[in-house]
Amino acid sequence: MSLRNIGIVYRKELTDALRDRRTLISTIVVPILLIPAMTVGLGGFISSMIKKAQKDVPPIMILGGKDSPRTVEALEHLPSVRVIPASDDYARRITNKELRAAVRIPPDFDAALDHDEPAKVEIYVYESDMNSEIAGGKLQSFFQTLRQQTIEKRMAERNISMSLLRPFEVKRENVAPPEKVSGAMAGALLPYLVILMCMTGAMYPAIDLTAGEKERGTMETILTSRVSRTHLVIGKFLLVLTTSLTTALLAVSSMWLSSQLAARMFTEQLSAKGGDAAAQLHVALRANDLLVVFLLILPVAVLFSGALLAIALFAKSYKEAQSYISPLMILVILPAVASMIPGVELNLRLALVPILSTSLVSKEIFTGTYHWHLIGVIFASSCVYAAIALYAAVHMFSREDVIFRA
Amino acid sequence: MIEARSLTKVFQDKKRGAVRAVESVSFRCDPGYIYGLLGANGAGKTTTLRMLATLLTPTSGGATVAGYDVVAQPELARANLGFLSTATALYGRLTAREFVEYFGRLHGLPEDTLAARREQLFARLEMNEFSDRRCDKLSTGMKQKTSIARVLIHDPQVMIFDEPTTGLDVMTARTIVSFIRECRERGKTVIFSTHVMTEAEKLCDRIGIIHGGRLLTEGTLGELRAKHGQNDLEDVFVDVVTQAGGAPS
Repeated sequence: MSLRNIGIVYRKELTDALRDRRTLISTIVVPILLIPAMTVGLGGFISSMIKKAQKDVPPIMILGGKDSPRTVEALEHLPSVRVIPASDDYARRITNKELRAAVRIPPDFDAALDHDEPAKVEIYVYESDMNSEIAGGKLQSFFQTLRQQTIEKRMAERNISMSLLRPFEVKRENVAPPEKVSGAMAGALLPYLVILMCMTGAMYPAIDLTAGEKERGTMETILTSRVSRTHLVIGKFLLVLTTSLTTALLAVSSMWLSSQLAARMFTEQLSAKGGDAAAQLHVALRANDLLVVFLLILPVAVLFSGALLAIALFAKSYKEAQSYISPLMILVILPAVASMIPGVELNLRLALVPILSTSLVSKEIFTGTYHWHLIGVIFASSCVYAAIALYAAVHMFSREDVIFRA
Repeated sequence: MIEARSLTKVFQDKKRGAVRAVESVSFRCDPGYIYGLLGANGAGKTTTLRMLATLLTPTSGGATVAGYDVVAQPELARANLGFLSTATALYGRLTAREFVEYFGRLHGLPEDTLAARREQLFARLEMNEFSDRRCDKLSTGMKQKTSIARVLIHDPQVMIFDEPTTGLDVMTARTIVSFIRECRERGKTVIFSTHVMTEAEKLCDRIGIIHGGRLLTEGTLGELRAKHGQNDLEDVFVDVVTQAGGAPS
């Protein structure tokens, strides 16, 4: 094994990759910009949209209620909605989003309230439309208050205490330390993100260094040099591994920074709502946890790099390689997303499933739980899978029917 | 020196089954000579040369390049070999200098030897003007010069040219042809494949006509003319191929 030759190939591939705009975008720009865009940008956008919708005074319609002036007047004086004249085409107008919601007040509603008779109010909304749901919510809240007031009035008239209706209160409190809560949040999201970024970081260079070289005609050039195919593929593999790990590290750093930024941005509004929601947003990542997770991610990155090189080498062109590799993303996303599914617990059998095991164990580590025997099994099995993938890549480079596939 | 002994290559094709691309091809070329492999497209020239360059492993038979066996000692064979074809492209994102140095390092040249050799080659090929330009920004002529520098950087004893002028303009093709002559003058063993008769007439000391994977005849231009009673190499080629039962291209 000539480390010198591997080093020469690696340095050349690194120079080449650093000058390639597409590699730079997939390795550096995507993780740095995409994560803040997803967390701060998208989160901020959604939050501002919700705030705007809540502040808006939506147009609503009152259907019926001519014989219930008290309720109609109260509705008309609601500052959070704007009552427009009633018409029969209210459903069409809600669908067309000209109208946000409508409420049908049954005949003799005011009288029913006064005489302890049952009545049914109907609220019409466009489900899944946020603005319509908010308008419907405002109407519902009005009628809930009205119902509460009516109950209190009726109870008072009968000299019955309100405590009869609410014999006791239930209060739920979180006793988990804030870092465990934030760890659970980070633990669910981080493994998915890191595994996905390892894959996307390796994908482009793996294609470029194999099918891309075949397409550009440089594969034959390099194979006529003295370097052995094993040294060549290891040099290329190390470059793919570098981009894979760089992308993952940048994604984690970027996520940590964005979480800090998001926490600062949203602290005020969350604190105003009370509770320790603001504290929960602060993602507490400990150096030890990160180190162990990094060690577990390493064989996964090796697995991706080797497997992607082997698969992409089989393709004749860049496009063909993309068509082989794109469906693989689903195969990776499915086990990676396991960390976000509640109730999926790590056990010895799952510890042998590549990617899934790393995803699950990383989640546990971020919440401060270390099952060392399972961590050992996962690391060892991942190393075996990684070695198989690397061997496949080396083997593919020695197959002339693959290298010169026409 | 280069020697092919009953070189045979069989490819497995899903539709056609076993395809004998090269069948028992034997020839020899000594230092200071140019051996031309003349054949139509698909005759087996590239497969033969790829086996000599250790890119493909022979199914049977063997070959030596500068005394090294292409199967048992492929790296040593390549260390003494320069391979140039229109399929051997340049790394577009490297400069001409980086490209040539990369191959020099892979051939194990020490840095001082590499620098001296690169300066000498760049001066001889008039490459200094564009040596720091990226290969994807070079003209076709500049690219060919860079490729020539790449195959010469380790000063190999054997040179293999696989249809090196295909698709090139007249001026660039002339650069290649004069470079091949220069290789002979410097005592290198040269194997040259082409389907252009005039190039073979101008350059080759010995010519082998290959068709359907078989080497049908070989000899000096004079010997081939006398043997087939034809003055023109093209007529000799047509005669040989027709006699073998194939359609001339």
